[in-house]
Amino acid sequence: MSDLLTSEPEAAPPSPAIRRAKRRLPLLGRVGAVIVAFWLLMAVFGQAVAPYEVGKVVDMDVFTPITAAFPLGTDYLGRDMLSRILVGTRYTVGVALLATLLASGGGLLLGTCAAVWGGWIDAVISRLLDTLVSIPSKMFALVIVAAFGSAVPVLVAMAAFIYLPGAYRIARVLAVDLNAMDFVLVARARGEKTRYIVREELLPNMTGPVLADFGLRFVFIVLLLSGLSFLGFGIQPPQADWGSLVRENIGGLPEGAPAVLMPALAIATLTIGVNLLIDNLGGLRRRTGRTE
Amino acid sequence: MKQMEMARLISARLAFALVSLLLISAVVFGVTALLPGDAAQELLGQAATPEAVKSLRASLGLDQPGWLRYLHWLGGLLSGDPGRSLANNVPVASLIGSRLPNSLLLAAVTAGVSVPIALTIGITAAMWRGSVYDRLVSLLTLSLVSVPEFLVATAAVLVFAVHLHWLSALSYVNTIDGIGQFLRVFAMPVLTLCCVIVAQMVRMTRAAVIDQLRAPYIEIAVLKGASAIRVVWSHALPNAIGPIANAVALSLSYLLGGVIIVETIFNYPGVAKLMIDGVAGRDMPVVQACAMMFCAGYLLLVLVADLLAIVSNPRLRHR
Repeated sequence: MSDLLTSEPEAAPPSPAIRRAKRRLPLLGRVGAVIVAFWLLMAVFGQAVAPYEVGKVVDMDVFTPITAAFPLGTDYLGRDMLSRILVGTRYTVGVALLATLLASGGGLLLGTCAAVWGGWIDAVISRLLDTLVSIPSKMFALVIVAAFGSAVPVLVAMAAFIYLPGAYRIARVLAVDLNAMDFVLVARARGEKTRYIVREELLPNMTGPVLADFGLRFVFIVLLLSGLSFLGFGIQPPQADWGSLVRENIGGLPEGAPAVLMPALAIATLTIGVNLLIDNLGGLRRRTGRTE
Repeated sequence: MKQMEMARLISARLAFALVSLLLISAVVFGVTALLPGDAAQELLGQAATPEAVKSLRASLGLDQPGWLRYLHWLGGLLSGDPGRSLANNVPVASLIGSRLPNSLLLAAVTAGVSVPIALTIGITAAMWRGSVYDRLVSLLTLSLVSVPEFLVATAAVLVFAVHLHWLSALSYVNTIDGIGQFLRVFAMPVLTLCCVIVAQMVRMTRAAVIDQLRAPYIEIAVLKGASAIRVVWSHALPNAIGPIANAVALSLSYLLGGVIIVETIFNYPGVAKLMIDGVAGRDMPVVQACAMMFCAGYLLLVLVADLLAIVSNPRLRHR
């Protein structure tokens, strides 16, 4: 035990990079980082740390207020709310993360392609995606759900599709700017292939803004998907994400049951946490300057 | 000469909006009518005879090729007849007609309440930027735009209906008599919508005014000794009207997303509720018509925002 304690200081000498990041990240940003890390962990280990079995009716009473046995009360069937929220993390965070990866990845790919190739390819992709932008996201989501139903793969594809144009726009602007820089021109003059230029010259210089955009897009997708779940068109029972939890417990609202408010608050902490983190990543933003 | 150029720019924007709307109609119709299964089969169920399905397909026009159905639908939409509801065979136009005034009223009241509040907060926050007040406003608005609308709605119900008993949690427009009733019915949906819209608008207004305050002519005004209020009111604001109007129009387009949640949670009989019921019942003609109406409304607001930006900014006219 004492061994562990004494060896601790030299075991983890913070690398210069981490120390710099710590100094740069203001308090609010650190709060955001902690919240985001917590929910990411819960998305993986939520099931394991949940105090009760998720589908099990554990209380004779429904909509019980906060007690020692049920820290977040119980739901409309008398199930433990804390367990249901922890297990629901997987759907809210997991599905949204997958969709965001697809949206940002697709946007990045198309954006750099459009910037590097230019010409009519650029024009066609830009026009097509501009049309998609002019459909309000919730409206588009409702139309898709009406047509294809709301299986999880449909939800992921739909959210990725809706938020791809925005990611594309950012990636394209960044890549177009960089593409005209001297060091890229030099690389071209050196005779480097397009693939090398994209991989070695463009992408490493786009990380900061693209990551910040990734975070924002994640927030939008979480809000869209939980909004859909709240309307009853998202994740379907017996699975439940946080939006569905609010929906199924809305009957407890007149009693002021915590079962209604807690899942909604969980969403709020997640989205505000991500926003705080992004907003305070000043270093990442500044390095590439204003790009919009 | 300049007028000519401006007219050209404006008509180009109008044409662009119309083309967008046309493309959107193709996307909406394509997604809802062409790709998935057979509406006739779905309506009649598994037990239907092939003949019954065939005759229903013919009467619904489903035996025609896709592009012909699209043109037919588009023509109907333009002439004010977007078909009949599959659920109860009522013309979609009359369904929307009975709901639209409710939604417009909700939107108008919300806009009327939120615009003055948002402008006041946004401009004052920009005036005292960096102060505790400004940072508080920034944190609060950031939090409000990043939480789901239904959290704001449930919190409002919890506070005003459950704990304070001031208002009822549901709204029904057909029971209005007198101004007191009106206030009670509208307070909750409007309050919820306002929270979302005001936050958005404050952020954009603040950014627009701060953008102006960074301009060199403001520095001159400060150097010559004008007071802070004078600098903002007589120097910055007249130049910031364009960006502010642009911000207001853009923020109002967030109404369209918010109204879907708010009409559902408060059981408000508007167009958004109609569309939600349509999606739940897979009533495609209703979904298509409502989606097109919302998209048109959204495009209109974005167009107005663009036009305001053009009209108010001389530099944009020369692009």
